[in-house]
Amino acid sequence: MTPVRKTYKRNVIIEVTTNLMFPLILLFGLYVMIGTGGTGGGFQGGTILASAYILYITVFGHEKGREKMPESVNALFKSLGLFLYNGAGWICVLFSLATAQWLNMPAFWPVTDFVGVAGARSFLVGYMVSVGIGLTVMAAFVSQYFDLAWKEDDEMEGGEE
Amino acid sequence: MDLVEQFPVLIVGLSMFLAYTMLLTGYLNRRLPFFMSLAMNSFFLILSLFILNHVLTVGPIRYWQGGWRPPWGIEYVIDAMNAYLLVIVISMVILGLIYSRGNVRHEIEERKHVTFYTLVQLMAAGLYGITVTGDLFNMFIWLEIASLTAYALIAVAGGRALRPAYNYVIMGSIGACLYIFGVCWLYSVTGTLNFADMRLLLPLVYDNKAVQMAFAMIVVGVMIKAYIFPLHLWQPDVYTYAPSTISSMMASVHVKVMFYILIRMFYSVFTLEFIRHYIGLDLLICWVAAIAILAGSIWAIKQRNLKRMLAYSSVSQMGYILLGVGLSPLSPWGLVGAAAHILNHAIGKGCLFMCAGAISQQEGLKDIRDFGGLGKKMPHVCAAFTIAALSMIGIPLTAGFTSKLFLIYASLDAAQYPFVAVLLLSGLLNLVYFWRVIDQMYFVKHKETENAIEVKEKGKSLPLSMVAPILILASLCIIMGIVWLTDIPLPLINHILSNLRMGVTL
Repeated sequence: MTPVRKTYKRNVIIEVTTNLMFPLILLFGLYVMIGTGGTGGGFQGGTILASAYILYITVFGHEKGREKMPESVNALFKSLGLFLYNGAGWICVLFSLATAQWLNMPAFWPVTDFVGVAGARSFLVGYMVSVGIGLTVMAAFVSQYFDLAWKEDDEMEGGEE
Repeated sequence: MDLVEQFPVLIVGLSMFLAYTMLLTGYLNRRLPFFMSLAMNSFFLILSLFILNHVLTVGPIRYWQGGWRPPWGIEYVIDAMNAYLLVIVISMVILGLIYSRGNVRHEIEERKHVTFYTLVQLMAAGLYGITVTGDLFNMFIWLEIASLTAYALIAVAGGRALRPAYNYVIMGSIGACLYIFGVCWLYSVTGTLNFADMRLLLPLVYDNKAVQMAFAMIVVGVMIKAYIFPLHLWQPDVYTYAPSTISSMMASVHVKVMFYILIRMFYSVFTLEFIRHYIGLDLLICWVAAIAILAGSIWAIKQRNLKRMLAYSSVSQMGYILLGVGLSPLSPWGLVGAAAHILNHAIGKGCLFMCAGAISQQEGLKDIRDFGGLGKKMPHVCAAFTIAALSMIGIPLTAGFTSKLFLIYASLDAAQYPFVAVLLLSGLLNLVYFWRVIDQMYFVKHKETENAIEVKEKGKSLPLSMVAPILILASLCIIMGIVWLTDIPLPLINHILSNLRMGVTL
């Protein structure tokens, strides 16, 4: 049984609204991730970023969505988030040679000289870690969505990506 | 602070870091992830040997994540048991990786290779994490990482592997849920998640119903993951249809780490006083183990598919470790037997599963009845299979003999004579099902069969990367069989006994 490809019907109102909303949703996602300056919000911000992109795919079709974000770029984002998250721990190990002290780090000298302990802490926790979680969550959601959306095409083309 | 105290977190953190870097470098070159993984895991093996040396000479390593003091922060605790297991896990992962080099080409499509190695490295990271952590909730996180990647790795071959993988997802999730429920109840009663802190607080509330329920839930949850007999139903299909590399890694490493969780719960969280508090609980565990030993062996005799037979054999062998754990409140030799069998079963069963994969790759044979004349066609693999099988049966001067010896000694020491009979009977049953294979290999002439599956490059001799790990593990079966009988592992055993507070040394 070959799946019948549904004809794609354009709708001006939906497309224009999506184009208008897309940057705003991204901005809101960024605000949830880092706007509050404290811990938390990485996962929620990441899902909001992913929702913007999934909206784009549902409106413009997944071929066009794939052009905007190929799987290799998606994998890059997935890894980049982990690098930031894991890197926040490694920076502290490397510089202080004590522990992964990203919450508790008076010994962490290079940043604290410039911005003070509280500033360095909020940078590592509020920005690096949150953005890291957010990027990975976004990329993971997008690739899950693609896996589901491309399943029919996958079976038609013999499993090649 | 010594540099060596950073090594546990280096092993775990770098493993995670490495997995995602491998995913990226896979876009540059598909072969690169394998070499990266192999190089870094060899580096981790060196680090883990340093850790083992430090633990045996100086004492346990306590590492505070983020500098938070233990009852509030996450603590990594490495004592003799962890360090010993960490060395085993890392070495078996390295041997599995080397073996996978030749094996994966035949069992998995090429476009999946990068994600395959990424997942293997992530699973290894999860297993290393379980091994080093000293925190109940942190252990759950690593348990989930190790389990989720294992589900994906079993399903990676597609086709018939999908159904067993789905069964495992359901059963494994139930197990993880039971574990986390138990942890929640313990937390609600004691207000801590740290092993050492909880061990101090729990004796005050041993009679609390929530604590008793939490113990039952955690033990049953981990038993599902470690396929103790009545809860093993997901396991034979998984081991039969998973890629051979993954069957080998699951049987030799994954389940050992699950057992480690059980041992850690028994000794470091609930302590033996808790088990002695309920009269007969230890004997109940022993009888469950005895039934598992016998039932697994009997089911193994019925099987015709080699990998399925080995899977049921694993069910039986897990019973040995559980028997050791159950006997340990009565005799310290039980714990020695369990700890020794963790290593002996890892090398023996790892070797057997690798042999099964090699046979099906070179000759396309899976049914034991078609193995006639195999001893001439694949002399190295068949010899290794025979040695590992003898070790599983428990012939003297092989590794399996020593763990059985320790367990029999434990049963005698605890005056629980039925288990001596169970162990000896199980040895006979093992002989029955392994001898069928050896008999076919060496004493039956080759005959053409229609059961052989189509394989690429049929009859072509195996690459060295596949034969070398098999031979290394087979020779380890003999080396460890001699080493366990000497004084060499004595400091290790004494440290394990004292770190787990058995109150005696040998």
